[in-house]
Amino acid sequence: MRGHLIRSLCVGLPAVFLGVFFVFPVVSILGLGLSSGGLEHLTGLPGSDTFRGVAWFTLWQAVVSTVLTVVVALPAAHLTARRKFRGRRLVRALTTVPFVLPTVVVGGAFLALFERLGLDSGPVTLTHTVWAVLVAHVFFNVAVVVRTVGSFWEGMDPGVEEQARMLGASPLRAFAMVTLPRLWPAIASAASIVFLFCLTSFGVILLLGGPGIATLETEIWRHAVWRGDFRAATALAVVQLVAVIAVVAVGNRLQRRRAVGLRTVVARTPVAGRWELAANLGLLGLVMGLPVVVLVERSFHSGGGYSLANYRALAVRVDLLPLTALEALVNSLVFAMVAVALAVTVGGLASLVVVHGPRALSRVFDLGLMLPLGASAVTLGFGMLIALDEPPLDLRSSRWLVPVAHALIGVPFVMRSLVPTLRSIDRRLREAAAVLGAPPAVVRRWIDFPLAVRALSVGAGFAFAVSLGEFGATSFLPRQPDRMTAPLVLFRLLGTPGQQLRGQAMALAVVLMVLTGLSVLAIETRRGSVGGDL
Amino acid sequence: MRFLRPTITPASLLVAAATLAGACGASDDSSTVPISATTGVHAISGQTVTLVTHDSFWVSEGTLEEFTAETGVEVEVLRMGDTGQLVASAILTSGDPLGDVLFGVDNTFLQRALDADLFVPYESPALVGVPASLILDPEHRVTPIDFGDVCVNYWIDAFDDDLPVPVGLADLIDPAYSGMLVVQNPETSSPGMAFLLATIAGYGDGWEDYWSALRRNDVAVTIGWEDAYYGEFIAGGGDRPIVVSYASSPPAEVIYADPPVDTPPTGVLTDTCFRQVEFAGILAGTDSRAASEVLVDFLLSATFQEDIPLNMFVFPALEAATLPDEFVDFVELADNPHVLDPAVIEANRNDWTERWTSLVLR
Repeated sequence: MRGHLIRSLCVGLPAVFLGVFFVFPVVSILGLGLSSGGLEHLTGLPGSDTFRGVAWFTLWQAVVSTVLTVVVALPAAHLTARRKFRGRRLVRALTTVPFVLPTVVVGGAFLALFERLGLDSGPVTLTHTVWAVLVAHVFFNVAVVVRTVGSFWEGMDPGVEEQARMLGASPLRAFAMVTLPRLWPAIASAASIVFLFCLTSFGVILLLGGPGIATLETEIWRHAVWRGDFRAATALAVVQLVAVIAVVAVGNRLQRRRAVGLRTVVARTPVAGRWELAANLGLLGLVMGLPVVVLVERSFHSGGGYSLANYRALAVRVDLLPLTALEALVNSLVFAMVAVALAVTVGGLASLVVVHGPRALSRVFDLGLMLPLGASAVTLGFGMLIALDEPPLDLRSSRWLVPVAHALIGVPFVMRSLVPTLRSIDRRLREAAAVLGAPPAVVRRWIDFPLAVRALSVGAGFAFAVSLGEFGATSFLPRQPDRMTAPLVLFRLLGTPGQQLRGQAMALAVVLMVLTGLSVLAIETRRGSVGGDL
Repeated sequence: MRFLRPTITPASLLVAAATLAGACGASDDSSTVPISATTGVHAISGQTVTLVTHDSFWVSEGTLEEFTAETGVEVEVLRMGDTGQLVASAILTSGDPLGDVLFGVDNTFLQRALDADLFVPYESPALVGVPASLILDPEHRVTPIDFGDVCVNYWIDAFDDDLPVPVGLADLIDPAYSGMLVVQNPETSSPGMAFLLATIAGYGDGWEDYWSALRRNDVAVTIGWEDAYYGEFIAGGGDRPIVVSYASSPPAEVIYADPPVDTPPTGVLTDTCFRQVEFAGILAGTDSRAASEVLVDFLLSATFQEDIPLNMFVFPALEAATLPDEFVDFVELADNPHVLDPAVIEANRNDWTERWTSLVLR
């Protein structure tokens, strides 16, 4: 009876959450658009050169961005997973920081950086080109791969590679033949998240790509918001949704293919060599550090010199805003905590269903809960407005709609981190029970629980960072002025002339970064005490 | 902390009424709210009206509270996105609106909102104080609340006797000013749209030739105001001395200067301005019609109007409203700004922007 209740909860809660806050709104808005002329528009799309161009560009920039991100991130994932060095935790936490930065700030930092490096014009031009978009996508998404793959890698039994090395395989060969195939589920998992992010990327495309570049996401926004053409917007949103479903389905297949044994014994982690460390951190620093340095420098720039004035100003309300930047940060933190609690609950339960549930249900959950990550903010925001307008779901002006929207985007991170680990645990659990005769409960308590908590905490950290930095979906939801979040304040500060406001915006961006770094560090540290330093 | 809205109790209403009696005696006449003759305070007291607006809406603390003290009507403010998002969401939720009064639709989006029958007519008695040029809907489905001019701004120090400050649109295609102007894409930016409309109002059918000439003169195009003003314009460290911004940008450059300055570093080319008027309208489907009307009256009261400039950096529609010093000293408003009929804008907008895109970006 109790088992039945738990099973219903595991299935019911995520299903209701996804159904009410994602499926119902999206189906409502797309249904409305299709039935009022969008369908004819949709059938006309394949014949349109403009559409084919946009669709092709959307796809290839996302593929290239994802591949580049994985390539840049794997060495760092290896470093943080398999090498001991001072500040390992800090590096891991720091990689998450870009994730939370509003694109309007990062975009500005990148443009300033290109200018300083002489890449804004001339033979090597990055400004307003697709290259700038690719670089920025790597910047934002490296963390996803470093952490999701790193966490998995750390738990993977290194004995197999050691055996391969002892049998005479070169380190590269051992990596390619032994490590990579075993890492595959985690890489596929992280890559599909990165891919969705790049596929539906908005601010980066507009700001760094410049006025000549368009993707499905920017076109949906342009048609719905600027042209008032809901039919065209709906048709494009349907195409985007279908593409996202296809991508997630393929990604899930790749991810399911293998589950590997996690390490059972506490192995010695070798200390990182000096050059290895320098090369790795140098690469990370180049991609992620430089724009951040520009930002930090700007945040201290005040009164013609350097001071803390911009930071002190965060506690003072300017006339343009209903609250101080600090109060907005408190709002953001509260929203982020609610969003993380929701995401961890829903994502945790759904992960159990994906791993242990019946096959069909498992696939539906694995696919369905990923989709919010690939839906456009326009579709989700407008969908919620028209769907959640009647009791018992009269929620569209509820202040909790914002964290709910953030949680929708956070759930995939929790699941993508947790599912590969649970799968491997599941396999090993059965092996252990069969071969060693160890009672499953014992294995679960002493080995698997800490592993699962670690994976869960990585996902929670991302859900937190995503919520802190989220702008798109938030801007589409009606909000009381005193519930303004930090990214919205930042955007408003940058929308009026005056160096004071700009300085304050930069300081706020830096505080957001530090806050994210610290929060992720705190989540990590807590994980350490629960899971032990495996 | 204003997280908790005070709950209304009979006792608190009594207190409010008593304060009101005292406050009215003390305040000067210009700040009292004209209450529609048909609706008494008693009928609406205790109601709550919801004002749906964009993310730039804000008034000083105490302003809306003053309205509540005078009328007994509570105002809940819901903000969402920019003007485009606001109008699009209002159209999607028409018939079952998010609130009672919408504030923030401007003349570039007005016709779209009117075509969707978003509003019910209401002729506020306070309109007597508003210039006729701002009253764009003769049926009064919307009421003008403020206006702001989108104008070409320039960096004063970049010009001298050898290179005089340009005057009008025509100067911007003069090779002497080549590579100096940065504008926003009209398909992604509200000031960008306004500037395109200024050129269309200024040149009529010749606007396409004008933009071809601007392109030959190496005009830069950005996505939005932020990356134009802070990315390309000198104010943010860029190298272009001419930018499309607002008539209210120079006072903002003084008020939020760092380090402090006595006069703005920027000026405005008043011959290049396009006038954006922002309206409020009572949303069709409201069940608080009377209270909504009183709120619209309040939006045109001196109290609210005089609070507009420093909070939203636009100009009050009420002619008699007193402007803050910075707006008096550092703003030069165009006598004859460029204007276009909202119906003409809506009918041609998508066509214009498409032609603009192929002319300037392709």
